[in-house]
Amino acid sequence: MYQAIVFLPLIGAIIGGFVSLIGANSVRRAELAEAGGHGHGHHGHDHVHLVEQPQDPTMGHDAHADAHDDHGHGDHDDHDSHGPMQPVAPGARAVELITTGFMVVAAVLSWVAFFQHGLGEHEAERVQILRWMTSGALEVDWALRIDTLTVVMLVVVNTVSTLVHLYSIGYMHEDPQRPRFFTYLSLFTFAMLMLVTSDNLVQMFFGWEGVGLASYLLIGFWYTKPSAVAAAIKAFVVNRVGDFGFALGIFGVFVLFGTVSFDTIFADAPGKADATMAFLGWPQASAMTVLCLLLFMGAMGKSAQFLLHTWLPDAMEGPTPVSALIHAATMVTAGVFMVARLSPLFELSHTALEVVIFFGATTAFFAATVGLVQNDIKRVIAYSTCSQLGYMFVALGTGAYSAGIFHLFTHAFFKALLFLGAGSVIHAMHHEQDMRKMGGIRRLIPATYWMMLIGTVALTGLGIPMTIIGTAGFFSKDAIIESAFVSHASMSTYAFILLVIAAGFTSFYSWRLVFMTFHGTPRASFETMKHVHESPMVMLVPLFVLAAGALLAGLLFHDAFIGEHYAEFWKGVLAGGAEPEILEHMHHAPAWVKSSPFVMMALGFVVSYWFYIKDPQLPVQLARRHDVLYRFLLNKWYFDELYDFLLVRPAKRLGHFLWKTGDGKIIDGLGPDGVSARVIDVTRGVVRLQTGYVYHYAFAMLIGVAALFTWFMLGGVH
Amino acid sequence: MTDWPILSVITFLPLVGALFILMLRGESPAVIRNARHIALWTTLVTFAVSLFIVVNFTYGTHDYQFVEKQPWLGSTITYHMGVDGISMPFVILTTFLMPLCILASWQSIEKRVKEYLIAFLVLETLMIGVFCALDLVLFYLFFEGGLIPMFLIIGIWGGPRRVYASFKFFLYTLLGSVLMLLAIMAMYWQAGTTDIPTLQAYDFPASMQTWLWLAFFASFAVKMPMWPVHTWLPDAHVEAPTAGSVILAAVLLKMGGYGFLRFSLPMFPDASEFFAPLVFTLSVVAIVYASLVALMQEDIKKLIAYSSVAHMGFVTMGIFTLNRQGIDGAVFQMISHGVVSGALFLCVGVVYDRLHTREIKAYGGLVNRMPVYATIFMLFTMANVGLPGTSGFVGEFLSLLGAFQANTWVAFFATTGVILSAGYALWLYRKVIWGELDKPSLKFMTDLSLREFVILLPLVVLTILLGVWPEPIFNVTTASIENLLTQSATASTLTIEPAALAAR
Repeated sequence: MYQAIVFLPLIGAIIGGFVSLIGANSVRRAELAEAGGHGHGHHGHDHVHLVEQPQDPTMGHDAHADAHDDHGHGDHDDHDSHGPMQPVAPGARAVELITTGFMVVAAVLSWVAFFQHGLGEHEAERVQILRWMTSGALEVDWALRIDTLTVVMLVVVNTVSTLVHLYSIGYMHEDPQRPRFFTYLSLFTFAMLMLVTSDNLVQMFFGWEGVGLASYLLIGFWYTKPSAVAAAIKAFVVNRVGDFGFALGIFGVFVLFGTVSFDTIFADAPGKADATMAFLGWPQASAMTVLCLLLFMGAMGKSAQFLLHTWLPDAMEGPTPVSALIHAATMVTAGVFMVARLSPLFELSHTALEVVIFFGATTAFFAATVGLVQNDIKRVIAYSTCSQLGYMFVALGTGAYSAGIFHLFTHAFFKALLFLGAGSVIHAMHHEQDMRKMGGIRRLIPATYWMMLIGTVALTGLGIPMTIIGTAGFFSKDAIIESAFVSHASMSTYAFILLVIAAGFTSFYSWRLVFMTFHGTPRASFETMKHVHESPMVMLVPLFVLAAGALLAGLLFHDAFIGEHYAEFWKGVLAGGAEPEILEHMHHAPAWVKSSPFVMMALGFVVSYWFYIKDPQLPVQLARRHDVLYRFLLNKWYFDELYDFLLVRPAKRLGHFLWKTGDGKIIDGLGPDGVSARVIDVTRGVVRLQTGYVYHYAFAMLIGVAALFTWFMLGGVH
Repeated sequence: MTDWPILSVITFLPLVGALFILMLRGESPAVIRNARHIALWTTLVTFAVSLFIVVNFTYGTHDYQFVEKQPWLGSTITYHMGVDGISMPFVILTTFLMPLCILASWQSIEKRVKEYLIAFLVLETLMIGVFCALDLVLFYLFFEGGLIPMFLIIGIWGGPRRVYASFKFFLYTLLGSVLMLLAIMAMYWQAGTTDIPTLQAYDFPASMQTWLWLAFFASFAVKMPMWPVHTWLPDAHVEAPTAGSVILAAVLLKMGGYGFLRFSLPMFPDASEFFAPLVFTLSVVAIVYASLVALMQEDIKKLIAYSSVAHMGFVTMGIFTLNRQGIDGAVFQMISHGVVSGALFLCVGVVYDRLHTREIKAYGGLVNRMPVYATIFMLFTMANVGLPGTSGFVGEFLSLLGAFQANTWVAFFATTGVILSAGYALWLYRKVIWGELDKPSLKFMTDLSLREFVILLPLVVLTILLGVWPEPIFNVTTASIENLLTQSATASTLTIEPAALAAR
C-alpha cells in the first residue's frame, strides 16, 4: 500500500512526461513544417510582444496570455478545426485524467494509512525497497518509514496535491502545455512523498532536492517569461544555500553516529548529548549544536526563513495552483517537517532550539510587516505563508513539536484554499493580479468570495477564546503563541511579543486582501468587469473541500495533535516523551495570553475595515506621510538589493577577475604563454645573428679565432 | 576466468580496425562511408568483447584479473596486463563511449575522415592500454602515446584556434610526463623492476617517496587537471571537435585520478599522507575558483570545461582523504563525470552542428523548437549540479563525506561548490534553452535526429540508473579500494613505527 502511495505519482509523472514529449515534438514538427511558409506571421507576433511588454510590467498575467497566444498564432492558420484560441495539446486530457486519477487513489490510501497509524493502533513500520549505496560503514537504503508524523504529511501532501491536480484541469485549460504541467505536479508530489517517508537522511536529501527541482521547473513553467525564469533560478540557488548546510549536517551526523539511518540515530542520540566534535575553528564544539544548526540551515532554505526567504515571493511567478501546492501547503513546510522528524536531536541542543525560535519569530514578524503593503494578491499570501512558517518554527523551538506540526496541518488547508481562491479571482479577472485593479467583485463571483472569506477567518484564527469553537487557525496558531509564552527558553519572550504583533498584522493584511479584492468600488476596466465570471465546478469543488478542512481541521484533530490523545496519536515519534511538559503548561496559560491573539485579530480587522472600507484615502495618506517606512516595507526590507550588492555582484566580479587576470594574465602569462614568448624572444635573438652576410660571419669567426689564440697563449692547455 | 588474452584483444582490436581503414584507397563518398562503418563496428565489437570482462569478473578479490605476462624488453620489462576493481570500470567506460563518439562524428567531420577515424581508433587502443597496463614502462608508453592522437585530433579537426590549443595541451602534459619518466627510472634503479604489482608491495624509503610522489604528481595533476595547471583544458575543449571533447573529458581526464590510485597511494603512502593537505588546498581552490570562473563564461564549451575542473577537484579531494567514503566517492565521481560531461559535450555538439557557434549569446529559447533536446539537456544539467537521483550526486556526496571526516574546513569550502554549480549550470540552461525564441537564426532549429537520440539515450539511462542504483559499480570497486586502504595504512605504520613491527 505504501509503495502505491509513493510511486503512483511517479508513474503518473513518467507517463505524463512521455506524452508531453511526444506531443510537443509532433506539434513542433508541424509548426516547423509550417514555419517556412509563415515566417512573417511569427515575426509580426514578436514585434507585438516587444511593444506590449514594457507597457504592462505587472507580473504574471501577460506571459500566461502569451503562452497560448504564441500557439494560437502558430496553429490557427493551419488547424482551423481547433479554433483560434484552442491550441493543440495532444494527449492533454489523457494526462490530466491519468495523473489526477493516480493522485486520487494515493490520497485515499493516505487517509487509510492515517486512520491506521495515527488514529489507529498500527505501530511504526519500515518498508525496504532497494539498497541505494554502500561505502564502507555507510549504508543507505531506499526505504519507506511509516509512522504518525509520516502519515500526517502523507495526508497533507496527497490531499492538497489531488485537489490541486483537479483544480488545474480547470485553471490551466487554455494552456497548450498542460501535459507538461501535470507531469511536473506529479513529479513534485513523488519527490515530496519520498521526503516525508524517508528512513534516512540521504533519502530525505533526495526528496529535498527533488522537490527543489520540481519547484524550479514549475516556477519556470512559463519559460518564455524572463521574470519567471529568473525566479526559478533564484529559488533553486537560494535553496542550495540551505542545502549546503543540510549536506554538511548529514556529513556530521555520519561522523558522529556512523550511520544516516533515523532509527539508529535516535536510539544513540541521548548517549551523545555531550559529545564534542572538531568543526572548522572550534576544536571542541558541542556536536549536537553544530549538527542541529547545520541541519536547520537546510530547513531555513526550504521553508523560506528570514535571510533565506527571498526566493519565496518571487516563486509566485509560477502558475497559481503551483503556489498553492508547493509554496504554501507542502514543500515549504518540509523544513518544519525536518526539524520535527529530527526532534530527538534538536531536543538535545538548547542552543539550537533558541536559534530556531529566534529565526521563527523574526520571520513571522518580518514577513507580516512586508505583507501589510504588498499589492499583488499572490505576494500578500506568499508573505503570509512565510510568516506562518515562522510561527511553526517557534513552536518547534519551544519544544512543542506537535503544535508546529498541527499548524502545518491546518495551514495546509486554509493557505491552499486562499491560494486557489486567489487563483479563481485571477482567473475571473483575466490574469490580473494587482489588487489595486480589483474591487467590488464579490457579487460576481460569490462562491469564490465565500471560500476566500472562510480561508481568511481560518488564517486569522477566528474563534471564541477559552472554548473549543473556532476555525483551524484558532486552534493551531493560538497554541503556538501560548507555547511561546510558557516556554523557558530565553528567546521565548521575544518570540511571544513578535508573534502577538504578527497576529494583528496577519489579520490586517488578510482582511485588506479581502476588502481590496471583493469590496468597494470596482477599479478594473469596464471591459474586464464585463467578463468577470465564476470559475467552473472543477475549480470550485477543491475550494469547497479545502474550506471544509479550514473550518473543521482544528476542531476535529486538536485533541489528537496537541490535546488529550497526544500519546496515543504520536506514539513517541516526537521528542519530549509521552506527555511533554510544555503542552501541559500551555493548557494552563493565563487567560490574557489565551485571548491576546483574539484581541489582535479583532484589532487587525477593525483597522483594516477602517482603512479600506470606511476611509480608503487614509492608507494612501499614511503611506505618503511615512514614506521611508512605506518604501522600506514595500521593497521587502531591501533584502534583494542587499544580497545583490553583497553576494551576487562580488561573485561575478571575482569570477571575471579570476578568469581574465587569474587564468589569463597570471597562469597563462607566466606559464605556457610566457614560456613560449620567452622561447620566441630567444629564437628571435638567435635569428638576428644569422644575417646572411658573409662578412658578419667572417667577423664572428675572426673574433672566435682570436679568443681561442688568447686562451692558448695564456696557457689554457697544459 | 577466460583462457584467451581478453585484455590484449580489446586493447588491440581498435588497431585492427585502424589498419583496415588504412587499407582503404580513395576519397569517394562510398569509401568514406565504409571507413565510418568499419570504425563503428570495430568499436562496437570492442565494447561487446569488453563485456566479457564484466561477466567473468570475480568479485570480492583485490587481485589483478585476466592477467597476461610475457617477457618483452630485456629481462625486467615485461608485457604485463591485468585489471582490478579500480581499473575495470574505466576500461568499460572507454569501450562504451567510443561507439558513441564515432557516431557523434558521423556527419560533423567532413575533411580527412579516414585519418580522423584512425586517430580515434589508435586513441582507443592507447586509452584501454593505460588502464590495463601492469608494467610501468608499458603504462608510460600508453599514457604518453595517448597524447599524440589527441594532439592531432585537436590540431587538425579543431576550431579556429586549434593550433594554439593543441600546443598548449601538448606542452603542459609533456612537462609532467618528463618528470614522471625520471621518476620511473629512479624507481627502476631503486627497486630493480618496473612491474606494478611488485612495486606496490615495495617499500620505498620515505625521503625518496617525497620526490617520486612529486614527480608523479606533476604528471597526474596536469592530466586531472588540477589548479593551477588547468588552463590548457578550456582551450583544448573549446577547440576540439565534439567527439574529441567527449573523450577528453570522459576518459583522458580520468587518467590522472587513476594514476593517483594506482601509483601515488599504494607506492608512496607516506608521501601521500604528507602531501594530502597540499592536494586538499589545490582541490578546494579548483572547486571554488573554477566554479566562479564558470559563472562568467560566454562560450558553452568553456563553461562545461571549467565545471569539469571543479568536478575533478572533488575527485582529487576524495582520493586524498585516504578514507573509504572519500575514495569510493572519487572513483564513482570519475565514472559519473565520464558519463555526464561526455553527454554534456555531446549536447553542445548537437546545437553546434546546427548553428556552428558555441557563443551562449547566440542561443536562447531552444525549448520552443527542441523539446526533447531540452529535456535531455535538463537531465544532464541536473546531473552536473549533483541532484540526488542522478549519478552526479553519489560521487559528489561520498567524496564530500570523506572530506568532512578528513578535515571540516575542506568539506566546508568544497561544499560551496554545490551552490556555485547550481548557479552556473542553471544560468547556462536559462540562456540557451529557456526564453523566447526570437533570434532569426534559431527559427529553423530541428529537434534531435534519430542518430543523436540514439547516442544520448544510453547516457540518459546510465545517468539515472547509476544515480538510483550505484551498487553495481561499488560491488566492482569495493575489494580493490579496501585493499588499497589497508595496504597504505599498514605501509605507513610500518615506516612510522618500525619498533612496533620488531615487537611483533
